[in-house]
Amino acid sequence: MVTFEGMEQHRTSSGSSQSPRSPSSSQPFLSVSVTDPVKLGNGVQAYISYRVITKTNCPEYQGPEKIVIRRYSDFVWLRDRLFEKYKGIFIPPLPEKSAVEKFRFSAEFIEMRRQALDVFVNRIAAHHELQQSEDLRTFLQAEEETMERLRSHETGIFKKPSDLMQIFKDVQSKVSDVVLGKEKPVEESDPEYEKLKHYIFELENHLAEAQKHAYRLVKRHRELGQSLSDFGKAVKLLGASEGNALGKAFSELGIKSEILSVKLQKEAQQLLMSFEEPLKDYVRAVQSIKATIAERANAFRRQCELAETMKLKEINLDKLMLIRSDKVAEAEREYHELKAESEQATKTFGTIVKLMNEEIGRFQEQKTLDMGIAFHEFAKGQARLANGIADAWRSLLPKLEACSSS
Amino acid sequence: MMNQDHVLRASQDDEMESLVLHDDNDSSGNSQQPQSPKSPFNSFLDPPSYAEAIFTSFDSNGHDQTLEPSPRSGSESDYIQIMVSDPQEEQELTNSLVPGGTTYHTYLITTRTNKPEFGGVGSEFSVRRRFREVVTLSERLSEAYRGYVIPVRPEKSSVERKVMQKEEFVEQRRVALEKYLKKLGSHPVIGKSEELKLFLEVQGKLPLMRSTDVASRMLDGAVRLPRQLFGAEPVAVDLNDVVQPAKSGRDLLRIFKELKQSVTNDWGAAKPLVVEEDKDFMEKKDKLMEFEQQLSNVSQQAESLVKFQQDMGETMGELGLAFVKLTKFETEEALFETQRVRAGDMRNVATAAVKSSRLYRELNTQTIKHLDKLHEYLGTMLAINNAFSDRSSALLTVQTLSSELASLHLRIEKLEVASSRIFGGDKSRMRKIEELKEAVRVTESAKNCADREYERIKENNRSELERIDKERQTDFQSMLRGFVVNQAGYAEKMAAVWEKLAEETATYSRDSS
Repeated sequence: MVTFEGMEQHRTSSGSSQSPRSPSSSQPFLSVSVTDPVKLGNGVQAYISYRVITKTNCPEYQGPEKIVIRRYSDFVWLRDRLFEKYKGIFIPPLPEKSAVEKFRFSAEFIEMRRQALDVFVNRIAAHHELQQSEDLRTFLQAEEETMERLRSHETGIFKKPSDLMQIFKDVQSKVSDVVLGKEKPVEESDPEYEKLKHYIFELENHLAEAQKHAYRLVKRHRELGQSLSDFGKAVKLLGASEGNALGKAFSELGIKSEILSVKLQKEAQQLLMSFEEPLKDYVRAVQSIKATIAERANAFRRQCELAETMKLKEINLDKLMLIRSDKVAEAEREYHELKAESEQATKTFGTIVKLMNEEIGRFQEQKTLDMGIAFHEFAKGQARLANGIADAWRSLLPKLEACSSS
Repeated sequence: MMNQDHVLRASQDDEMESLVLHDDNDSSGNSQQPQSPKSPFNSFLDPPSYAEAIFTSFDSNGHDQTLEPSPRSGSESDYIQIMVSDPQEEQELTNSLVPGGTTYHTYLITTRTNKPEFGGVGSEFSVRRRFREVVTLSERLSEAYRGYVIPVRPEKSSVERKVMQKEEFVEQRRVALEKYLKKLGSHPVIGKSEELKLFLEVQGKLPLMRSTDVASRMLDGAVRLPRQLFGAEPVAVDLNDVVQPAKSGRDLLRIFKELKQSVTNDWGAAKPLVVEEDKDFMEKKDKLMEFEQQLSNVSQQAESLVKFQQDMGETMGELGLAFVKLTKFETEEALFETQRVRAGDMRNVATAAVKSSRLYRELNTQTIKHLDKLHEYLGTMLAINNAFSDRSSALLTVQTLSSELASLHLRIEKLEVASSRIFGGDKSRMRKIEELKEAVRVTESAKNCADREYERIKENNRSELERIDKERQTDFQSMLRGFVVNQAGYAEKMAAVWEKLAEETATYSRDSS
């Protein structure tokens, strides 16, 4: 049902809304963009709000176009809801919360975050299952007050009662594990899945290292740029004190240095956005997969536990039936309940496995594409910078010749 | 100092690159044969195909310091080449009773020259010298060639000696000595000097001592300056003392007098009788001081620039290495074809990054060579300041003698007035007047000597400044040119590397859909 490449959208720098590829109303489309970041509030409570524009012809939506205001924690809410409901699917990652940078809120940081959020929503909208989510519709359409209510419901210590139950059950199961002498948590023994897990964990390490060096490279560009600026200033002063043709040559050199300093700073920012950020995004995506892996483990454990418990109940039931106890009816009811739960758990687990298999293929394809784009932008940026540097220096040579001949 | 950092960092780089480019030594530009699957690591990167030759063209017009600079005057008879090599450790012959003395190093100094002063065309000779003898040479030159801009000798640097490894220190000293002697050799006046000749030619102990032959070269006459000018004894003294700055130990009294004079100059209400009149000189001096300051500043920034260029290269290399590891990882663990495609892309990125890193390293080595000229000229500024000091101290001597003369005349006048009041004359006073008049005569000739010396030094200053100014213009111009050509050339090389990667990843371009 995907009618556009979600990945293309996040490349638009202005963040303006994308026109649909197929304007004909017969083909369903869903187009989202996150735009217009605005800083609101003061001091510690400062935050950024974004305009989220939805254009669609899907009947489930309220209308052809809707604009809402959202903030970062709304996106977090959406991600958490999707993570709960669509176990097995790799939920697109969000940029980090970054409590520190919030205070600084530089223009570059704001733009990068906007871009990352735009990518996030578009990936959801492009995913054939996630795009049907009711929570997504809520996110894209609900009034701000509604969002605020939903958002505060989820955050903080005030969890929903069902969450508390779940936590309690988890603790319970862990205790029973210990009691039953099972020290190690129950894990799948699928060798292919083991390989996948190992791959994911290793991949995160490698990617994190690449990202670390990419970030350093950005810093180096900034440092070299600053150094060239300082050098240029000093050389200009030297030229002034020298005075003659040689002095002029020095001045020209100084001017060129300062020009190049600006180029380097520009490229540093480009590098950050088009190369380092995609690498970071890749790392986040892998971390999201790790979360899904954890969910799968939980589901597997639950399936096993319920199967075990069911067996016990079955044995117990047979015992009761033999002695014709009056507790049989209750035990039977409990057994059937448990059986239903167990079947549900098995089904849940099976779905997760199936989904993951699909997802991993999609993930690999998508990442090759994402990285390819990032590498291309990286190459173009570096080539552009290098050519700019070469041109600037070469243009200086005739001026130097003129000075020496005089 | 920069070179030390390079030694340290180079070893880290080599470690990294040996991981990545095993086959680099085998082939020079040949395309890589695919390696066996057992060692996929090695075949990941193609060896770079650029050759050293391509880069020497960037330096052909620039100043390459490893080559001998062509003689400045252009004429063959000025050609001199001095090399310092083969440091050897030798035992110090001590007279003390303490066994197992200290050691010192000697260096082989080989000279090839066409200079007639050294024996004409095709002369070649070697001597072995220790650093102490170099110090003696430099001191003698300072005494004999006042007013000239004499290259500053390498430092004794006892701190570095303790901190560095012995071999490193000796090598550093060897390089510094060579640079120093080369500069001496190419100086138009000192390059022909007797002192340098003795230093370079005479085997065994250096036959240079203080205060010999100087007088005969500098003085017109053998007029002696009585010590009673500067002290109480009527002992005759060498006039060449006048033409030397006051040295501690021997000339304490003279030092006091000249110090008194200089204080009078600085704080006294009356102007000294002789002042620095040459406005041109004053202007030049101020300009030079300004220039020195700016030069020092640029030199500092240049050092920073080199450091940041180096950092860039290193980080680029580390990025490349990270991608090499990723490539290997994805290839080994590939379950999907798309992973192999991605691995291929990453390999291309790694190649580009490592190549770029290498280019930065090379660029830096060249940049250091070019910008070293700045450091050199800071040394020259020091030598110029020394030449100016010669001038100031010569002027001070003249001023002191003038004051002395003036006060003598005053005393004579007073005595004559007092004596004239006594009818028939005052025998003791008359005798005193005669003595003073003799002193005046001697002081006057000393002052004439000092005047001549001062003028000589002034002329030396002037001609040297002119010479250095011309040289500086040429040197700096070629340095600038070399630096710029270097930067441009390497930037172009890097652009080519990245353009290749852009081509290789063109399928992912937004524009191609």
